[in-house]
Amino acid sequence: MNEEFKIEIVNPEKSFLVKEDVLEVIVPAFEGEMGILKDHISIISFLKPGIIKILSKSGDENYYVEDGIVEFKNDNLSILTSSIYNLSDLDKSTKQNLLSQAEEETKKPEINDQSKYLIDQKIEVLKSLN
Amino acid sequence: MASLDDLKKRIASVKSTQKITKAMKMVAAAKLRRAQESAEKGRPYSEKMNNIILNLSSGISDKENAPKLLSGSGNNKVHLCVVITSDRGLCGGFNSNIIKKAKSYFAKLAEDGKDLKIITVGSKGNDQLKRAYSDKIIENISFKESKHANYFDAEKVGKMIIKKFESEEFDVCTIFYNQFKNVITQIPQAQQIIPLNVENSDEDKSEDSYEFEPDEDEILSNLLPKNISTQIFKAMLENSASEQGSRMSAMDNATRNAGEMVDKLTIEYNRSRQAAITKELIEIISGAESL
Repeated sequence: MNEEFKIEIVNPEKSFLVKEDVLEVIVPAFEGEMGILKDHISIISFLKPGIIKILSKSGDENYYVEDGIVEFKNDNLSILTSSIYNLSDLDKSTKQNLLSQAEEETKKPEINDQSKYLIDQKIEVLKSLN
Repeated sequence: MASLDDLKKRIASVKSTQKITKAMKMVAAAKLRRAQESAEKGRPYSEKMNNIILNLSSGISDKENAPKLLSGSGNNKVHLCVVITSDRGLCGGFNSNIIKKAKSYFAKLAEDGKDLKIITVGSKGNDQLKRAYSDKIIENISFKESKHANYFDAEKVGKMIIKKFESEEFDVCTIFYNQFKNVITQIPQAQQIIPLNVENSDEDKSEDSYEFEPDEDEILSNLLPKNISTQIFKAMLENSASEQGSRMSAMDNATRNAGEMVDKLTIEYNRSRQAAITKELIEIISGAESL
């Protein structure tokens, strides 16, 4: 049986990635990691900082995202995000940069609980990558 | 009549102006291609975003408690207008078209007794508006350093607008920009972004029953601020494509006009040169006859 579905990742500047032969995608949804297979129910959710894992016939890929929205409908998975990095392209210095930026932000006094939670998540993920 | 020397100088100066306008046209054409490309690439994002918001807002159960960015602050008193223009001139009617559109909107607001606040993005708009509306302009942003429109700049503007909305500085927000249709046509647009105009599309959405995680309200309140930045980014992309298109056709016209002028001047130059020769000949002949 055909188990494949389509994924499209777009960022504001361009269509970042389109793949037709995806078997499973694991996204870091706001309320926990979520695995999406073919014929999943239509869903809209948003992302917290984490790793998107794409398992496909042509090989697996991992992406680091900071935020975004996922929409799944009719075996089409769309991910809208403004900050996405391919893990294999992400070098040490970029990671370090992102990490220090995030740490900088936690020190701001006017931060609210939700963004604090998101930034802590970000730091945790970035640290685990190193 | 101008002397031969003057005509010669004038022809040379028009020719060098033509060289400049021609070069500017070439540059604009190259930039236009890039700007157009990025405008097209940016479209899926804003379209998808729009779709999701449409789906969400039609699914929202409690209209009364909907996020304020969607439903508005309940008042309709203070209008914020974001006028997006370019940082450079020499692009035909590009900037004046936006300003004209914005000014007629301002006049309508004043007629209705609304308060007006203006944010200008791009220095040309600020230059033109500060003469008449200097007391209304609350912020002036320009992205001269950025080579082309990027999302971070748009996000900066978006965040600023949202912050002002949350501190209740305005009720309705409208952005003004030029929509790129083709190289010769750019349509000035006024688009209301707060409260969001949810267009009722003809499509029947009832069969798309989504599952939301977390619930609609929370997703919406997370999504709407992003949508503001996205809309502004879209406007900036359209604007930069329009700017280059407008500059290209303006410079094309200028080059053609310069060419016509050179032709006319050359004819005049040749005529007066011939007249001078004829005059000298007559003088020589009549001189010889009198001997």
